[in-house]
Amino acid sequence: MKLISGRSLGQARGKVSGKFSEDYFRNAAVCELDPEDLKVLGISPNENVKITTDTGSVVVRAATASQRVQRGVAFMPYGPWANAVLSSETYGTGMPSFKGVEAEITPAHTEKILNLRSLIEQITKSQR
Amino acid sequence: MNELIVKNGIVFDPLNGIDGEALDICIKDGKVVESVASSAEVIDASGMIVMPGGVDIHSHIAGSKVNAGRILRPEDHVKDVESHTPITRAGTGHSIPSTFTTGYRYAKLGYTTVFEPATPLLKTRHTHEELDDTPIVDKGCFPLFGNDWHTMEYLKQDRIEECAAYIAWMLRATKGYAVKIVNPGGVEAWRWGRSLIGLEDPVPNFDITPRQILRGLCKANQLLNLPHTIHVHTNDLAQIGNYETTIKTMEAVRDLANDTKPVIHVTHVQFTGRTGSAWHNVGSGAPEIADYVNKHGHVTVDLGQIIFMDTTTMTADGGFQYMLYQLTKNKWMNADVEVETGAGVVPYTYRRSNYVNAIQWGIGLELALLIRDPWRVFMTTDHPNGGDFTKYPKIISWLMSKKARERSMKKINKTAKRKLDLPGLDREYSFSEIAIVTRAGTAKALGLDQKGHLGVGADADLAVYNIDPRKIDSSNDYIKVRRALKKAAFTIKDGKTVVKDGEIVATPLGRTFWVNSTMSDSITHDVESDLRKTFDDYYTVQMDNYAMDDRELARSHRIDIKARV
Amino acid sequence: MTDTIVRNVVCTFCGATCDDLEVTVENGKVRQVRSGCSTSLNKFLNYNRERHLTPLIRKNGEYEEATYEEAVRRSAEILAKARYPILYGWSSTSCEAIRVGVELTEWVGGVMDNTTTVCHGPTMLGVHDIGEVSSSLGEVRQRADLVIYWGSNPVHSHPHHVTRYTAMSKGRFHDGRKGRTLIVVDVRKTDTAKLADHFIQIAPNSDYELLCALRVAARGDELEQEEIAGVSAEKIEELADLMVSCEFGVIFFGVGLTMSLGRHRNIDAALSLVRDLNSRTKFLIMPMRGWYNVDGADQVLAWTTGYPYAVDLSHGYPRYNPGDTTVIDILQRGDCDAALVVASDPISNFPLETAKRLAQIPVITIDPHPSATSIVSEIAFPSTIVGIETGGVIYRMDGVALMLKPVVPPPPGIRSDVEVLSDILAQVKKLKGS
Repeated sequence: MKLISGRSLGQARGKVSGKFSEDYFRNAAVCELDPEDLKVLGISPNENVKITTDTGSVVVRAATASQRVQRGVAFMPYGPWANAVLSSETYGTGMPSFKGVEAEITPAHTEKILNLRSLIEQITKSQR
Repeated sequence: MNELIVKNGIVFDPLNGIDGEALDICIKDGKVVESVASSAEVIDASGMIVMPGGVDIHSHIAGSKVNAGRILRPEDHVKDVESHTPITRAGTGHSIPSTFTTGYRYAKLGYTTVFEPATPLLKTRHTHEELDDTPIVDKGCFPLFGNDWHTMEYLKQDRIEECAAYIAWMLRATKGYAVKIVNPGGVEAWRWGRSLIGLEDPVPNFDITPRQILRGLCKANQLLNLPHTIHVHTNDLAQIGNYETTIKTMEAVRDLANDTKPVIHVTHVQFTGRTGSAWHNVGSGAPEIADYVNKHGHVTVDLGQIIFMDTTTMTADGGFQYMLYQLTKNKWMNADVEVETGAGVVPYTYRRSNYVNAIQWGIGLELALLIRDPWRVFMTTDHPNGGDFTKYPKIISWLMSKKARERSMKKINKTAKRKLDLPGLDREYSFSEIAIVTRAGTAKALGLDQKGHLGVGADADLAVYNIDPRKIDSSNDYIKVRRALKKAAFTIKDGKTVVKDGEIVATPLGRTFWVNSTMSDSITHDVESDLRKTFDDYYTVQMDNYAMDDRELARSHRIDIKARV
Repeated sequence: MTDTIVRNVVCTFCGATCDDLEVTVENGKVRQVRSGCSTSLNKFLNYNRERHLTPLIRKNGEYEEATYEEAVRRSAEILAKARYPILYGWSSTSCEAIRVGVELTEWVGGVMDNTTTVCHGPTMLGVHDIGEVSSSLGEVRQRADLVIYWGSNPVHSHPHHVTRYTAMSKGRFHDGRKGRTLIVVDVRKTDTAKLADHFIQIAPNSDYELLCALRVAARGDELEQEEIAGVSAEKIEELADLMVSCEFGVIFFGVGLTMSLGRHRNIDAALSLVRDLNSRTKFLIMPMRGWYNVDGADQVLAWTTGYPYAVDLSHGYPRYNPGDTTVIDILQRGDCDAALVVASDPISNFPLETAKRLAQIPVITIDPHPSATSIVSEIAFPSTIVGIETGGVIYRMDGVALMLKPVVPPPPGIRSDVEVLSDILAQVKKLKGS
């Protein structure tokens, strides 16, 4: 699947309500897919899914894309959940890879979605 | 505050009739005074020229199009850098210097006042932010009129007084100094991708001609009693032969002059001083323009002299900049401004071997040498359009020395050289005339009573140049003149020494001059009501958010004027 | 209990910076906001929900409240001693603060970068090569009969853009939606696409090809392939035709172009297309700047140093080389040894590997709200909220400078970004022996 990230109204609203708010968590820790792709992957909307890329993996809530994506494209709103799997490669341009990263998406019924504080712990715990 | 005496310099103060006399200049509390105590600080200017600080009447140093130029051209800055020191900020040049660098470089040349000559009304807050980051020099800006919907609508109905009141409101709102007009009517046409030719083409949708706009704004300017005349960049800059439009523009307002004072300033005349019908037969229209200026006292001009260098063109004349892009295929920035005006930026290199560039070079110098009255022709490069301002000493040496001109002429395109009158012109400027065309005359044209001279009461802005006019021959020793003018021995700003031997020693912030012309309450009130009705329709900014508070300026210097109505 | 209505308030969220908000204030608190979009409403009503009120310093792995003076002193020490510090953020604060930031960067010999670096940096790179044919937003409202959003979803990112400035706005020559054509080019059928007359769904990472194809078609040449970028040649020629035959067209482009494969080459192609179109008709292009003062951050850096972002002052003079002096690359190389973050949350906003690098160096944050970055910082300063509690100059996405005025007083004892930065700068000057 191709993963793209971008702005969403819900994520923006949640952000101004506070980064640690429930609103932000609900709107940013989500991955939107085409309903056909959800079927093929064996995922129901609102179930947890795991997104895996070369960078790492993250568990978020799956959702049907309200703004139709093409088959094979997954959309995540900007934020630390998307960034957990996006690439820092800038190809010498300064701009990392926020859009168009190859991702594997699998059901993750039993796994929990990390809240922001736990995500941050993941970031700070790593060694060089 | 400090008392200072600049002793025994060879003073050139043309406004006070001083032409190379050894004199002391006494300074107290930032002003020139009759005398000072014996405990005053002494600057020994023996054997050196002392002049009022330079006053640049037209130089693009601040605002949205200038910054657009900086962003467009990182390559312009890479080889010309200024390092941070404990007293100076870092920066870059070369044709579009960063703001701190601009202030320091002007001060090193002995300049102490500079005007940004073209700022869109809607974006003048930006201009002032940049001017506030331009150290040392006193400054001001000229907001743009003549392509703005309000002006065209008022003038179409011949409502000169209302137009004047609108201009007064805008100058207050933008903290502007003078009325700048660029390609009147033509930039509104460009905002549709079109152009006008000459002075009689009606502006699409507004049905008013450039001539009507010029005359209306000239009248409004007079009604407002503004210290400077209308400052005009004429129509037809993009036309190959355009000197006739320049003369027609001057002629268009001649009958509006009712005394000996000028009523129009035509800027960078070199750029609209061409004869010809195709690029290969371009010639100099300088003799014709000079003849007109010599015969008609209602006009002042500045040169817009070109320098052979890689520089950046930038004007509000968006259509011209598009033409230049088409001609050169260089990168091109365009920034039209709603309701009001336009802007464009295109890098350009003037080459000696290029026929047209050589003619352009000749036109500027011919204008300077053929216009007899130095009080009405000023030295500029229309920085950075003709070249950057640090090249002023070079131009001064061309004006003062036929030998310097001949040396430069050796390398220019030969066909152009044959076509120009310049080789046969012998006139050489004196130091006094140089003082007029770079400071005394410009200050006078701007209506700045306390600048450009060293009489008692003047602002204590001085330039001391390490060259003795009694010991050198400015005609032969032009290289010595250039060197001395490039690095002031001392530059003094408001009585404080800011440059010593070409190096910055202090960086006070100068003042921003702006004009508050008040008309009668009733007409001011009427026009404000008019604006309330149209503002929301025309603009994407609320009227109450449009005007600047004068507390927004770091050092506001308001000039109060009573209009005639 | 008196209500005051403050009119003509400038919204400080996205780059559209609508300036017609009406804020009702009661007893020093915002009660109601009219005329703004839902995001601005949320910002004005919720700005105080998560707030930290005292400086915090990390001591022995734990956060402790500290005095302002101690926090300033420690911050100045960290920055002054650092070999290659980065000073990042800037897009959500005032120009006054940014100007102090530039001077601070000079004194500490660091790199100043702003959020352009992860947003429209590639646009800057494209502009350096091609230029940009543009205008202020009002020109679009007054004159445009063709509006294209490419890789931009204003309904979500700039909610009032379409009604205030473009396809649904009321202009002198076009009244609202009538007589205007709206086109959306995007990889998804966005909510903005649902408003459009034409929606072109492009395959991901193929904007460059489509833009080049449009240049060919706009020139009147025939396309040799049947399909480009997932779009039929016929459709491409139809789109080119609309562009060429309009009276006044404009492309608004977003990070769909800057972030996908090709980066600045995509922008190059878009800028070139618009430049080409000017030989046929009037056509403009505008980047959809995301934050309310990201343009201001670029403008300030450009006029003070010559360059709009990623400015390296470590040699004492400005150096600029995106890909090298940009913050993501500096962090990836592990070159920087301290960071000052102002009004931004890079730990949230940067991809994981870069965020990890940032978390490994001492970070000083100045932010009104706790954020992922502030909670991993060595020192976190609270600050006032620009546009609500503090005024200042900001630049709308089209470069128009607006003056913000405070609407309510800040919590007691909280200083503005300008004050905190100025105090740190003064202390740094002392340490550097000025």
